[in-house]
Amino acid sequence: MDVDGIEKAALAAIDAATDERSLDDARVRFLGRKGELTTLARGLGRMSAAERPAAGAAINAAKERVQSAVEVRRRFLDTQQLERELAQEAVDVTLPGRRRPGGSLHPITMTFRRIERIFEAAGYDVVSGPEIEDEYHNFAALNIPADHPARAMHDTLYLDNGMLLRTHTSPVQVRVMESQPPPIRVICPGRVYRKDNVDASHSPMFHQVEGLVVDEGIAFADLKGAVVDFVHGFFEQDLAVRFRPSYFPFTEPSAEVDVQCVHCLGAGCRACAYTGWTEVLGCGMVHPNVLSMAGIDTERFTGFAFGFGVDRFATIFYEIDDMRLLFDNELRFLEQFA
Amino acid sequence: MKFSEQWLREWVPVESSTSQLCEQLTNAGLEVDSVEGVAGDFEGVVVARIVAVRPHPHAAKLAVCEVDDGSGTVDVVCGAPNVRAGMLSAFARVGAVLPGDVKITRAKLHGIESHGMLCSADELDLGSDADGVLELDDGPQPGTDLRGALALDDVTIDLDLTPNRGDALSIRGLAREVGVLNGVSVSAPEISPVAATSDAVFPVAVENPTGCPRYLGRVIEGVDIVRPTPTWMRERLRRSGLRPIDPIVDVTNYVLLELGQPMHAFDLGRLDTGIVVRNGREGESLTLLDGTVVEVDADVLLITDAAGPVAIAGVMGGERSGVGPTTRNIFLECAYFDPGTVSATSRRYDLNTDAAHRYARGVDYRLQANAVERATRLLVDIAGGRPGLVVETASDGHLPRPRTVTLRKARLDRLVGEEIPVAEVERILDRLELAPSTSGNLDDRTWTVTSPSHRFDIALEEDLVEEVLRIHGYDAVASRVPIVPLPLGRARVNELIDTRVADLLVDLGYAEAITYSFVDPKLADVLDPNGKPLTVLNPVSSEHSVMRTSLLPGLVAALRNNLARREGRVRLFETGQCFHPGTDAEPQGEDDEHGVRDAAGLRQVTLCSGILFGPREEESWSQGDAGVDFFDVKGDVERLLALGGRSIGFARAADPVLHPGQSAVVLVDDTAVGRFGRLHPEVENVLELPSGVYVFELDADAVQARRRRRHGTLSRQPAVRRDMALLVDRAVSAQRIESVVRKRLGEILADFALFDVYSGKGIDSNEKSVAIGLTFQHRSRTLTDAEISRYLDEALAELSAELGARLR
Repeated sequence: MDVDGIEKAALAAIDAATDERSLDDARVRFLGRKGELTTLARGLGRMSAAERPAAGAAINAAKERVQSAVEVRRRFLDTQQLERELAQEAVDVTLPGRRRPGGSLHPITMTFRRIERIFEAAGYDVVSGPEIEDEYHNFAALNIPADHPARAMHDTLYLDNGMLLRTHTSPVQVRVMESQPPPIRVICPGRVYRKDNVDASHSPMFHQVEGLVVDEGIAFADLKGAVVDFVHGFFEQDLAVRFRPSYFPFTEPSAEVDVQCVHCLGAGCRACAYTGWTEVLGCGMVHPNVLSMAGIDTERFTGFAFGFGVDRFATIFYEIDDMRLLFDNELRFLEQFA
Repeated sequence: MKFSEQWLREWVPVESSTSQLCEQLTNAGLEVDSVEGVAGDFEGVVVARIVAVRPHPHAAKLAVCEVDDGSGTVDVVCGAPNVRAGMLSAFARVGAVLPGDVKITRAKLHGIESHGMLCSADELDLGSDADGVLELDDGPQPGTDLRGALALDDVTIDLDLTPNRGDALSIRGLAREVGVLNGVSVSAPEISPVAATSDAVFPVAVENPTGCPRYLGRVIEGVDIVRPTPTWMRERLRRSGLRPIDPIVDVTNYVLLELGQPMHAFDLGRLDTGIVVRNGREGESLTLLDGTVVEVDADVLLITDAAGPVAIAGVMGGERSGVGPTTRNIFLECAYFDPGTVSATSRRYDLNTDAAHRYARGVDYRLQANAVERATRLLVDIAGGRPGLVVETASDGHLPRPRTVTLRKARLDRLVGEEIPVAEVERILDRLELAPSTSGNLDDRTWTVTSPSHRFDIALEEDLVEEVLRIHGYDAVASRVPIVPLPLGRARVNELIDTRVADLLVDLGYAEAITYSFVDPKLADVLDPNGKPLTVLNPVSSEHSVMRTSLLPGLVAALRNNLARREGRVRLFETGQCFHPGTDAEPQGEDDEHGVRDAAGLRQVTLCSGILFGPREEESWSQGDAGVDFFDVKGDVERLLALGGRSIGFARAADPVLHPGQSAVVLVDDTAVGRFGRLHPEVENVLELPSGVYVFELDADAVQARRRRRHGTLSRQPAVRRDMALLVDRAVSAQRIESVVRKRLGEILADFALFDVYSGKGIDSNEKSVAIGLTFQHRSRTLTDAEISRYLDEALAELSAELGARLR
């Protein structure tokens, strides 16, 4: 057979090879030591000197083309093989990954963190105090003497050791003032207790954050600024804030703070009882009696204090419509905050 | 406090609308709680006179009334017992619409045509009286619209007053306030002494002038108690939330609302000898007007007569001397009682009466003489009677003294944060009846005021600052950002960032719980039998009556809650304070594993605890459904403590609440900081929990504490590992094996791994096989095979000597 015929046959055999082995068989058949093209080349010696160069060149060219066809085919078969293997290894990528799902922080904790983050960034220290308090720190040191009607504002839970469950976080203010001289800038987050029956908006246990700033030259205007900035920072919008005169024995002047209802932005809705306002915070200038009892010079130093219910901020911010959910610890509820 | 807007406007004629008035009150610190109309929605109801009443021919309980409604007379069938000829009543004409959209039509009742309806108060939402048709005083012409006749375009405003504002608990006080806010003067009704027309007096002795600095008494004889209270007064009482009863009670209530002075009327015929105001005696008791019997003692200020107590001073009268339908002669009491005394008694007996509410907050101590005259005038006008002389018993030394308080302009401006003009300050102080005397020029002005007798909350300069600021308006003060020095604190290498522990637990799959700090004593006892928790004396319920000594009762309750809701896999954690009362024997300030005791021996310690139940993994295509076990909870505890990087160890726990074989105490630097493991099966049983509940409870401060890390030298020498399998007694712990090896080999041992534990076939049942891998590395040179063999021999010899181990 002539070189063209062999090359054609070789290329056909290579194309027909379907795997590594049949390809190798084809290569050996045409390019091997006894292969057809090899044998043809060996026959060159029998040719005349005039024929030889051209015939030799033709055979070499054919060998190269066949060799290259083998390589191309091999790469093709390799690729095909890899693709088959990869297809074999394919998984359903929509199946869930292997993992241990995370849990969740309680919305109260998340709210505490939001609050602390705002105040810490402004240089407030975060301090805590005991939940079981004595009468002195919970009442007397806050200018609430024994028969003061203000004590009726706090339905206190008393313990058999003569102490009580703190009705507010304000005693922590007292403890801070007792332990450090001004300037003071702290917030005191914590649990507080009152003898309230459980319903959608009441709980005998809830959470407060108390704030206290004492220094030279602290004024009511500073209190307003701090409270307004905090409300805007917490709700992340510039809600209207209203200060109303109120009464707390431990501040004078005292104010109750209403914030524009976040649901209706003041238009009036069920959540705000159609007033457009939500009462969120009590505050005032620290009463001179409270400063004096803590040994602070009231002529030199003035201060402001504020306190608010964290549960209230949490229920507003996370749109929780029933306070009981906070302490039922149902996973279905908690996992929403994951 | 509830009051009628019309009544207030009569005292102080302001132009503002109801909503403006309410906003003004709220912004001045007298918070408006609600505003409600004083009548229902109705139309077509007029004043009508009943001209004649005749019995209904076919129905014994009905009457046929001939009614003049101004446009003629019609027949109206009516079942009310109080209809009588000549009376004025409310008449709904045919076509009228009553509250609830009730339309009045012509109707035939037992054969008689009825042209409209005579209405009761209840039917018009004018109160709850449904016993008969409304009886109106003479005056309005028949046909007058009832709304106009009764001035029903009025609202009841309910104020939520703070305890310092006793002065605002009356129309008089509110009028003063509204007058100040609007610059309008108050027109009070004329009050002048009512001359005595009888010489009757009843003796009064005050034994406790501290509790009762002033006591006025007046006898009024011949009161006609069955005369009706006039409609105007009944309406004002009703619109202020009080029920009209009889002229005597109504008048005292009226004066209470109008002037803020509580009064009490005794039936003189039932009083014995004379009044003595004194403290109670052991064994005395008193039946109050509401029928309750209270025991009194020396702490309670009483009004008594020769036969014993007749009233708790300032709080409530007694049944024995109360006025009733047969009363003819009364003794009227008008006193000033000490606020603290009344407050204490009122709270002790849980009696927050209108009188006690006002006395506790402070009643104007100069008001009594006027109040008694006002009441006398009203009563005599309504129900007749002959007043006697007013007898006053007062102790000036015990009455509150007016206080002199100075306000400095500089202090005012400094506390407010901006300047309030002198002229405005002076205008405010004037109108508040504080009668300021001024000194200094405009820049260093000082005002000295005398606290008026109606204000009990003016004692300090700051109180005046509040008064000025309150009227000036809180909203008028511009906000500013406080400027304070901002010293930098220190980074804290010895503690974790506050949020770290909770964040890790969340990442480990726990949901954070918040449970009540007061728990069910039964649950507390099962989960901490040695706890001796503090008891809440006045708990919200018996299930919340002891203070937790552990977080486990709350977490177990939360687990139950979730199991009841068919949750199969539960992981919860909580961080919170627990309370250990301690005993007197334990010295205060003593440090122990639960922190520092305070003066009462109480330790308040923050714990961090968790509870696990159900499958290790969530249900999944790739993971099995094996339940959590001891090593899951232990792994989580190890992760938590690894945060601090301190040396931790474990020892078998002897804890009655935990499974004896699957529980451990956690040691950090050889101090116990907590425990974990499986709940004791008996505990699970008692609590009706399914089997396989795991818990941990750690001291939060111990978890929070952090070791400062430092770089050591990293060896560049090759590390060589050798494994060996040992046979040891079953009771030998892994931790023991590791510590024996580490102790013997010291720092040449770069790593220790315990990678297999086997017991069963081929091993004696008292033994177990433990495979360990030891990695050796020298700091500065390569170890030879001979050296490594020697180390292995040393380790084995030590294990053998200490633990009886031998090579397998």
